[in-house]
Amino acid sequence: MKIVVVDYGRGNLRSITRALAQVGADAVVTSDPADVAGAGKVLLPGVGAFADCMDGLKSRGLVEPIRHFCRSGKPFLGICVGMQLLMDEGHEFGRHEGLGLVKGITSKLPETMGDLRVKVPHIGWSQLEPGAPWKGSPLEGHPAGGQVYFVHSYAAAPADPAVRLATTPFAGASFCSALRKDNVLGFQFHPEKSGPAGLDILRRWALN
Amino acid sequence: MVPLSETAPRAVASSSVRVIPRLDVKAPNLVKGIHLEGLRVLGKPADFARRYYEEGADELLYIDIVASLYGRNNLVEILEETTKDVFIPLTVGGGVRSVSDIKTLLRAGADKVAINTAAVKRPEFLAEGARAFGSQCIVLNIEAKRQPSGKWEAYTDNGRERTGVDAIEWAKRGETLGVGEILLTSVDQEGTQKGYDWELIKLVSSAVTLPVIASGGAGSLEDFPRAVRECRADAVSAAHLFHYKKHAISDVKKALAGAGLAVRA
Repeated sequence: MKIVVVDYGRGNLRSITRALAQVGADAVVTSDPADVAGAGKVLLPGVGAFADCMDGLKSRGLVEPIRHFCRSGKPFLGICVGMQLLMDEGHEFGRHEGLGLVKGITSKLPETMGDLRVKVPHIGWSQLEPGAPWKGSPLEGHPAGGQVYFVHSYAAAPADPAVRLATTPFAGASFCSALRKDNVLGFQFHPEKSGPAGLDILRRWALN
Repeated sequence: MVPLSETAPRAVASSSVRVIPRLDVKAPNLVKGIHLEGLRVLGKPADFARRYYEEGADELLYIDIVASLYGRNNLVEILEETTKDVFIPLTVGGGVRSVSDIKTLLRAGADKVAINTAAVKRPEFLAEGARAFGSQCIVLNIEAKRQPSGKWEAYTDNGRERTGVDAIEWAKRGETLGVGEILLTSVDQEGTQKGYDWELIKLVSSAVTLPVIASGGAGSLEDFPRAVRECRADAVSAAHLFHYKKHAISDVKKALAGAGLAVRA
């Protein structure tokens, strides 16, 4: 089943396509809305600011094809900003409309913990803790508490706790580091940059 | 000069301590210098990168040390080669001068870019980069050299050119302009293996609430936990020590863990 990696002028496409090849997946990079519509699976990467990424999708006519694809029931994975864009809106450099596929908002990580400041961006390796059950998801097999790589200042906060597949401790609380709503998955971490553990997660999404 | 007693941590980290081999490149070779001069060729960068990936490095740092001679970064091919089988983050620096340069490097497999000279010339470039690619993508590369006054000045061109900019103030300015991280290299300690510039790291770490990567001078295993515990660095970088297999990455992680610091297994 062909995986379509959406190219909208943002994001580290080489890393994700290399990682997909490494796990034996058949992937193509495209910015053609028709390819998204006809894809078997869609992967939406993302590096950058929320509004800038939405603009990148809009200017290429990709917003509606992505929304339509997600509603088709076929597997969709958003990584980093690609996960954040799934929300109704994002609050980064102003308030911006998102893809609206998962209820919730994307906003800045907390910058304080009591009297202490917390370092943002959150850059580095942190734990994935189970939220909703991992069984049947690409996280099945990943050890609870196993570390993956993050690099972000914003995070999606899905309104429905049931879609929060994984959480990651941060600033004395936690944020949603993976979401699953039916066929739609989002990872705040970068499986393509998380070493062998990340490749395992990606493999389970790409090949199952 | 700020007394060290006033450098209480302003911010806490939320991730494991990152161990980051630093690869200084004069394309097509990995090189190593003393005080960033007098280069020795060590081999192919991608071979070293692969070894570090397999040994459990948390991230890699590529710096094109001759970029200023060519006016651009020459690491695209090396990056493409490296990212074929290295699946951890890569930060690339040297000769990053425009939003289009950043885009080219990200497309070639970089996750973050480290910017020095172009930012000194035009600080707004940092804000433009952060706006286009996100703060987390933009690393301010500060090469700091201690001055007779007791302050540190930011340098460019691998510690050769003065800027007249105070390194600590520059770090703060970078934070205001939206950079996501600071790569802090001590020009004095680089290549000496006599330990990091402790005071410098401490001052910068307490001046900003951004992650700080300590670089320049790591020589013994004790240096790593000290940079984090005492000086509040978020990540530790080393070149010589890893390139010459003086210590393995796992040795560094053991030393950090032994000091009660969180590391990735």
